[in-house]
Amino acid sequence: MTTRIDTRFAELKVEGRAAFVTFVMAGDPDPATALEIVKALPKAGADIIEIGMPFTDPMADGPSIQAAGLRALQAGMTLRKTLQLVRDFRAADDKTPIVLMGYYNPIYIYGVDKFLPDAKAAGVDGLIIVDLPPEEDAELCLPAMKAGLNFIRLATPTTDDKRLPAVLANTSGFVYYVSITGITGSASADSSAVSAAVARIKRHTKLPVCVGFGIRTPEAAHDIARHANGAVVGTALIDALKGSLDADGKATARTVSAVADLAAALAQGVHGAKQAAE
Amino acid sequence: MTQAIPNSYRSGPDDTGHFGIFGGRFVAETLMPLILDLQKAYEDAKADPAFRKEMDGYLKAYVGRPSPLYFAERLTEHLGGAKIYLKREELNHTGSHKVNNVLGQIMVARRMGKKRIIAETGAGQHGVATATLCARFGLECIVYMGAVDVARQQPNVIRMEMLGAKVVAVQVGARTLKDAMNEALRDWVTNVHNTFYCIGTVAGPHPYPMMVRDFQSIIGEETRVQMQELEGRLPDSLIACIGGGSNAMGLFHPFLDDPSVDIYGVEAAGHGLTNLHAASIAGGRPGVLHGNRTYLLMDEDGQIQEGHSISAGLDYPGIGPEHSWLHTIGRVKYLSATDEEALAAFQLLSKLEGIIPALEPAHALAKVGELAPTLPKDHLMVVNLSGRGDKDVPQVGDILKGRQS
Repeated sequence: MTTRIDTRFAELKVEGRAAFVTFVMAGDPDPATALEIVKALPKAGADIIEIGMPFTDPMADGPSIQAAGLRALQAGMTLRKTLQLVRDFRAADDKTPIVLMGYYNPIYIYGVDKFLPDAKAAGVDGLIIVDLPPEEDAELCLPAMKAGLNFIRLATPTTDDKRLPAVLANTSGFVYYVSITGITGSASADSSAVSAAVARIKRHTKLPVCVGFGIRTPEAAHDIARHANGAVVGTALIDALKGSLDADGKATARTVSAVADLAAALAQGVHGAKQAAE
Repeated sequence: MTQAIPNSYRSGPDDTGHFGIFGGRFVAETLMPLILDLQKAYEDAKADPAFRKEMDGYLKAYVGRPSPLYFAERLTEHLGGAKIYLKREELNHTGSHKVNNVLGQIMVARRMGKKRIIAETGAGQHGVATATLCARFGLECIVYMGAVDVARQQPNVIRMEMLGAKVVAVQVGARTLKDAMNEALRDWVTNVHNTFYCIGTVAGPHPYPMMVRDFQSIIGEETRVQMQELEGRLPDSLIACIGGGSNAMGLFHPFLDDPSVDIYGVEAAGHGLTNLHAASIAGGRPGVLHGNRTYLLMDEDGQIQEGHSISAGLDYPGIGPEHSWLHTIGRVKYLSATDEEALAAFQLLSKLEGIIPALEPAHALAKVGELAPTLPKDHLMVVNLSGRGDKDVPQVGDILKGRQS
């Protein structure tokens, strides 16, 4: 099985550069604006797009992404509408990989057997589910692989060498290295520690390793991109979005460009980096 | 019931932390290595006679165990049916059953070399118990409490601060127990290297539901012995209130394999089951939250709804996974009591027995008032009086005053 994610990383390898991975929340600040933002991201330089599935209780997220999820839920976002967002995006872009990221309960309630074919048909390429460690692989990871979706696992600073093989066993697409012990957007990643961690993971897998949590600026993204196959930015984009909203938290004429402009600057940082990772 | 009846109701969970389909370990990867460490540390502690001996020493001299099993003579007369016994967990040090579990977890944390303890709390009883034992053992203590609960449970906030704990008022979500637990989990993910999360109920990722149940089972174990001494036989029924369900599980678990014992759990029905409530089994369905699969209150998209109850200790939108399993296989019957019913029972016990109960066990007492009159006079019923009402006196006082004027 080759997904759009596999194809994208093969292209990037030929080009000798790292992937710029963006995270935005589906339905934030409203479903229509969120679609425009997602559509603008490939033009701004995003190589892979992660789309957050809003959840009331995001236990691994910091205040920015928590608030983004709540804005989306208040605007009536649901998992069904998130799949519609992906379908609408796919109508004009069949290349950019889409990864849905979030928590298990909305998928469990949607029904795993129904969700996987629906997601695949909508044009989803991979899933990152924060609260499904390898111990719970039977729930979604194994059925997702069977359905032709990548299940992208998080590796963290607490994932030691003994545990890494279990974490990597059923991972596909890429490995998402969480560069800090903490919630999203809380601390900045230290690039020398990240470099050592990426090297450690690469001793156990041939998969690309992307790094996220704690990357906020083009400079930081540049630094990380030198040592990894991709840099993920989420909180900084969501903070830019929030800064563009009016007093009632509604989108303004600046909202899409506020996210796209920052994404373009970050993309330059990532794409200017020479890869030392391979 | 469609499921086979197991040989024993007391053998769960399995190695992966499941009670039937319930339970499990639905946590972020950052926490997973620590949860496996905790499981190992707890198994080692359980196998170590010195651990049991040290626990027993503190349970006796510091907590004040065993707690009495008291015949509520006037309540029994008033209701005119079953003979009602109260298991007096409210007489424990810190005023509730919570201390049984906290003592156990703090001893495990000490074995693991953890110096920083975090906890979530709703009514503040678990927070007070955690702050107390952290003071006793010289550990740093941070308690997450929803801002709404901070306002309605002020006496316990003051107590925690006097004991040296830092109380963090959680301002996100509905600002009650669920949100406090989210914040505690976020703290844990951030400070995983030095922090022990002392969970207050029989929920969370494996091994917590099992470990907390084991520490609370002393309630049921003592009850067996005491009832034997007082009446020469087993009780006929047990009843306890349920938020997450730790006091109930502690009373129930030692009796699960005694088929003659009827067991009732009482959820908080708030303003009524068709209105705002916190009865996860009566009004919810299985889902995944806070590390386990269990009955939860949620909408059709799987978004978690807020629990509502007069009692800050019961307004959690979930329930421990073992309760979900016991419900599914039909071993325990789950009932619910409204705010109004609990308030009436709160006043009744105060006036008839001179015992002011917490609002949480007042929910169980409310159902005692319905069940006991229908039962014969030789029926022995045990109610877990899981906490004392001191913390609720200002709140109930305000409600009753509001009605007079």
